[in-house]
Amino acid sequence: MSRFLKQPNRVETNLIEPRIPTVIRVVGFVAIVGVGLTVWLGLWVTPPDKFMGNLVRLIYLHPPVAWVAFLAFGVTALASALYLWKRTRSMLWDRIAGASGEVGVVFTGLTLVSGSIWGRPTWGVWWTWDPLLTTTALLFLLYIGYLVLRNSIVDPTLRAKRSAIAALVAVVDVPIVHFSVLWWRSLHQPPTVLNPTLSPEIHGQMAWTLLLGFVSFTLVYVWMAWVRYETIRAQDYLASVWLDNALQERRDEAYVSK
Amino acid sequence: MGELSLVMAVAMWRDALLIAKKDLIIEMRSRVILNQVVPFALVVVIFFGIALNANSTLLRDAGGGLFWVAILFACVLAIERSSSIESQDEAGEALRLCGIDLGGMFLGKTLAVVLELIVLEIVLGVATFLVFHLVLNGLAILLISGFFATVGLASSGTIYGALTKSSNVKETLLPLLFFPIVAPVLLAASRAWQLAINGYSSQGAVWLRILIAFAVIYCVLGTILYEQILETT
Repeated sequence: MSRFLKQPNRVETNLIEPRIPTVIRVVGFVAIVGVGLTVWLGLWVTPPDKFMGNLVRLIYLHPPVAWVAFLAFGVTALASALYLWKRTRSMLWDRIAGASGEVGVVFTGLTLVSGSIWGRPTWGVWWTWDPLLTTTALLFLLYIGYLVLRNSIVDPTLRAKRSAIAALVAVVDVPIVHFSVLWWRSLHQPPTVLNPTLSPEIHGQMAWTLLLGFVSFTLVYVWMAWVRYETIRAQDYLASVWLDNALQERRDEAYVSK
Repeated sequence: MGELSLVMAVAMWRDALLIAKKDLIIEMRSRVILNQVVPFALVVVIFFGIALNANSTLLRDAGGGLFWVAILFACVLAIERSSSIESQDEAGEALRLCGIDLGGMFLGKTLAVVLELIVLEIVLGVATFLVFHLVLNGLAILLISGFFATVGLASSGTIYGALTKSSNVKETLLPLLFFPIVAPVLLAASRAWQLAINGYSSQGAVWLRILIAFAVIYCVLGTILYEQILETT
């Protein structure tokens, strides 16, 4: 009986709770303030464009969001390579790759949506087979697959290795996709986005707002990815101890009832 | 050093041929591709005709692309079959215990899928040309681009077949991962075929570059990475 009553190692509850360091709370706060400022400057302070009118205000959102999407996938690829390289192999890189991939998918989705909203009044259609647009849509689907693969493998080591390879195989594909689509469309029609009459004159105030947008959304990325990293770490820890944890709870019940 | 790498390369290709032969013998005995995948691909082609309202102009204009979409659907089934051969009775582990070169194993499995797909493409190609009333123009471009597209599909597919092996949602995950990756192959092969069929072989030839680049990149990547993919620790 005493075998059941002895107390084995307790689950470290402080490891289950995601630890968000103060610095990242500050980053989160600055990011929110930055995004708020971008919205205020973008919607109220900056002037409308000569050609595009109020539509130009999407420029403070769309390019920064697209930049973060590509940055996030770049980080995923880099972290995956570092995981696969035996000298730097660590679960740290796997979690960074996973966290960054998740945020990347969200921002790619936002890029597509904001581009579509801009495209409707500008081009008259929600979707056009523009090279960059098509590449982005394929990238979005590619990385959804990556996330599904991550979530479908239970064993953490296996998951880390398989998803790192999938990320690398995917990133090799990105230039091929881009050039083939570019070639495909440019053989048929000139790219519509780079139409010179549509490109706005960047006003001083507008340039600063755009720059603020880039900085703020990059901070949002850092904050989101970091928080996700901590959650993934806590989930991994919980998955590794859940059985011990459950056994201990049953033992505690036995102890109390005795 | 040079001699050693030559010996290793020979051993790798010998293992590749062994694995390809093994997979093809299994296919000849089980006839999964021939009896199930080929008829499935024919159904897809017939369905395209129905979906496009048997409009001969439309079908002639899109025939090359529709053929490759049907091949892609069938290809997923062939890949799934290829990757599941070793999952029974721990045959994959047994093969590794035999000291099979894993790069060679990748090349062998890819080669077997390439040969199976070529048979599929011949049957489906004849059917497509007949039912869509396509004109056989630029045969050289059709054959060369078809070959490199097939190598690209088989090599990238073999990588993903192995990557999704122990996943619990393998059947649905494989097409989700595989299709966006092979988008350039679909695009380049469709364009090359359509241009060749319409009598613009020289324009079709430029798409060969993408097909060759894709095939070479994924064959090399697979040979290097296959060992890491199969490692479970």
